Amino acid sequence: MTEPKKLKVATCSLAGCFGCHMSLLDIDEKLFELVKVVEFDRSPITDIKHCGPCDIGIVEGGVCNAENVHVLKEFRKNCRVLVATGACAITGGIPAWRNNVDLWDCFQEVYHYGIGLENGQIPNDPELPLPFDKVHPIGEVVRVDHFLPGCPPPADAIWKFLTDLAAGREPKLEYEMLHYD
Amino acid sequence: MPEQDVCDLPGIVARWQHDPANLVQILREVQESCGTIPSDALDRLAQLLGVPRVRIESTASFYAFFHAESHGAYEILFSDNIVDRMAGKEALKQYFCERLWLEPRKLSEDGLVYVDDTADIGLADQAPALLVNGYAIPSLDKARLDLVAELIRARKPLADWPPMLFEIPDNVRKPGPLMGEAFAPGAALKATLARGADATLAELDAANLRGRGGAGFKTATKWASCRKAEGEAHYVVCNADEGEPGTFKDRVLLASHADLVFEGMTVCARAIGARRGFLYLRGEYRNLHEKLKSVLAARREQGLLGRNILGEDGFDFDIEIHLGAGAYICGEESALIESLEGKPGKPRNRPPFPDRRGYRDQPTVVNNVETFACAAKIAEKGGAWFAALGTPQSAGTKLVSVSGDCKRPGVYEYPFGASVRQILIDCGAEDAHAVQVSGPSGTCISFREFDRRIAFEDLATAGAFMVFSRERDMFEVARNFTHFFAHESCGFCTPCRVGTSLLKNTMDKLAAGKGSAYDMHEMKHIMHILRSMAHCGLGHTAANPVVQTMEKFPDAYERRLKRLDFEPAFDLDGALQTARLITGRDDAWAHLANE
Ligand SMILES: Cc1cc2nc3c(=O)[nH]c(=O)nc-3n(C[C@H](O)[C@H](O)[C@H](O)COP(=O)(O)O)c2cc1C
Ligand code: SF4
Ligand code: SF4
Repeated sequence: MTEPKKLKVATCSLAGCFGCHMSLLDIDEKLFELVKVVEFDRSPITDIKHCGPCDIGIVEGGVCNAENVHVLKEFRKNCRVLVATGACAITGGIPAWRNNVDLWDCFQEVYHYGIGLENGQIPNDPELPLPFDKVHPIGEVVRVDHFLPGCPPPADAIWKFLTDLAAGREPKLEYEMLHYD
Repeated sequence: MPEQDVCDLPGIVARWQHDPANLVQILREVQESCGTIPSDALDRLAQLLGVPRVRIESTASFYAFFHAESHGAYEILFSDNIVDRMAGKEALKQYFCERLWLEPRKLSEDGLVYVDDTADIGLADQAPALLVNGYAIPSLDKARLDLVAELIRARKPLADWPPMLFEIPDNVRKPGPLMGEAFAPGAALKATLARGADATLAELDAANLRGRGGAGFKTATKWASCRKAEGEAHYVVCNADEGEPGTFKDRVLLASHADLVFEGMTVCARAIGARRGFLYLRGEYRNLHEKLKSVLAARREQGLLGRNILGEDGFDFDIEIHLGAGAYICGEESALIESLEGKPGKPRNRPPFPDRRGYRDQPTVVNNVETFACAAKIAEKGGAWFAALGTPQSAGTKLVSVSGDCKRPGVYEYPFGASVRQILIDCGAEDAHAVQVSGPSGTCISFREFDRRIAFEDLATAGAFMVFSRERDMFEVARNFTHFFAHESCGFCTPCRVGTSLLKNTMDKLAAGKGSAYDMHEMKHIMHILRSMAHCGLGHTAANPVVQTMEKFPDAYERRLKRLDFEPAFDLDGALQTARLITGRDDAWAHLANE
């Protein structure tokens, strides 16, 4: 008997805190079941640097700089289904709080006036990702197929979501899994 | 400039009986006499009223007309309905700002004047229009704005401005039984007293009067249920919030037929056993306030209000006027009651409806201005007379506020059943291509549907009738309305607070030429969420303009779509420009292709 083909999954963290990834790992022993049906492509878990064609792309975090756009576009190009995972990917989340602060003021505070700084200089190395003036939800940059809410989404919700997709079902989360207050 | 110490907080609070329920009125007077509601005034008010500061603050921060920072000696707010825009509002506003060397939403350097937009101010028949320190000036053109600019430069107190600037004609184009017939104050009350409360309700029932504020609930049923409901006191509330863009018929009723409206409220008081009534007048109608107070005073003189009305022992009733402060949502009856109680205007859970639990949780009738005017007429002339007008399901006449692309904008009174085509002929709108019936929350109809009729069974309406000619871009009409709803959402429930903003942002994205089929699909999705999940009528209807224009004028959308698949919401490369300037970088990694 041949094994059913495994789903290829890629994950990345853009302007996020890795909390969503931690929540994915929080499915604990179910991870063993998960790897029976999925195989990870590019992901902080595998350390693969670029992703090939995938079934599911899980994106944590919003878009705050030029590099984020490159990664996100790579995901969109290669992933059949793209999932905005967590508040930051869906709305910009906590990093988007800086949207109320002028970018000049941000840089000044960090590199010129911050406590303990002397003769601070604003770095201009091309290797550094260049920030946008605002942080954006990923849905403003590429088409998104699913939104998985939460900060982070609970491990059970991620599990239910992925197993639904793996089984070829439209993912459906019960109210309890989406309800936070 | 108004001085800080002009603000007599203890005096204002005393005038409103030290009652926190009157907080909106108290804040309104503070705002009006000080020009702002400064932070330390909130502390003082909390002390004087004996309530926590957060209660004061939550109310003060809810209403658009309250603000903590100074808007100078002259605050100018341009009405921003689509009809104002069609009449040249944007260019006139720019002209005005240039004349006074200022930018919108920025206090002038000498602290003298501040210019901004506000939602429709109930003058669509005399667009464009503005409010200066809360007082309306209609029919703007360059000459009138020149005059306003001069008066401001000369620092003339508003009281000394030429009265002709503030003259607001009624523009009644087609009077009927409500607006065309003389009414002798007291006539309806005498008939009511002769008939008795039960028989009055029976007349109202026979008249088949339905509410004129939009929902069309049967008035006799509401009154009877309120009368039956148990409580310590019963209240009558007249909803004169008239915030639906394009509606202005209540303005005209109150300006010229206030006796009819107050008499209708008094008839209601008799029928349900109320001793107190309120007229909740939208803040934009500030200019009617003094006049209405004098009508009330005259009615007290004539024994039509106060104790033992018309000599009837124990028939005591009086009416207070409460002014709103720039919140469309306060037209929703339960939000209105919250506002009357001094709170932010957030809709309550319904049921219970106000007829059982309204003002101070007591049985309360809330009706539209026009509904009370009809009720007075019915009390005077009988239910059969009224029922004979209109159609079987929609008795009586309807006041229609006509504006937009027509020769004779104004108020028209039609028996229910009048066709859209008839109204268009009467108002001189040969080129009409579309009509927005009942405002943004109502129905957009295209030229294919002009045989439809104004009636509860076909086109239900609260009265707005905005006409658009062939040259108008219906996409821009809908976009203006999405801005309106996003601004007016009270923020209580997430589907509407977020959904209205998403709709607005998506329409702006399309307007910027960045739309795709994906966005169209998303907007339909948002509509479903709003309709099924929003807490009140505002959210339920907020997507109507987009969905209806999409359906009826698809071209207006399709020519704006850039791609079929997807298009980013912002200029990716442009959004890096600030950081490029800060860092001085211009390498390949400091750019993004906008493909
Ligand atoms: C968002 C919203 C705004 C409303 N605005 C008004 C208004 O300005 N005037 C009005 O009479 N009714 C308005 N209504 C309807 C009222 O809630 C209520 O149905 C009406 O005042 C009842 O009076 P009626 O039966 O005489 O129509 C509004 C409803 C909603 C949901
Ligand atoms: S959604 Fe929450 S957990 Fe996930 S990246 Fe953002 S802040 Fe972290
Ligand atoms: S639907 Fe909108 S206006 Fe109504 S309660 Fe919710 S947020 Fe407020």
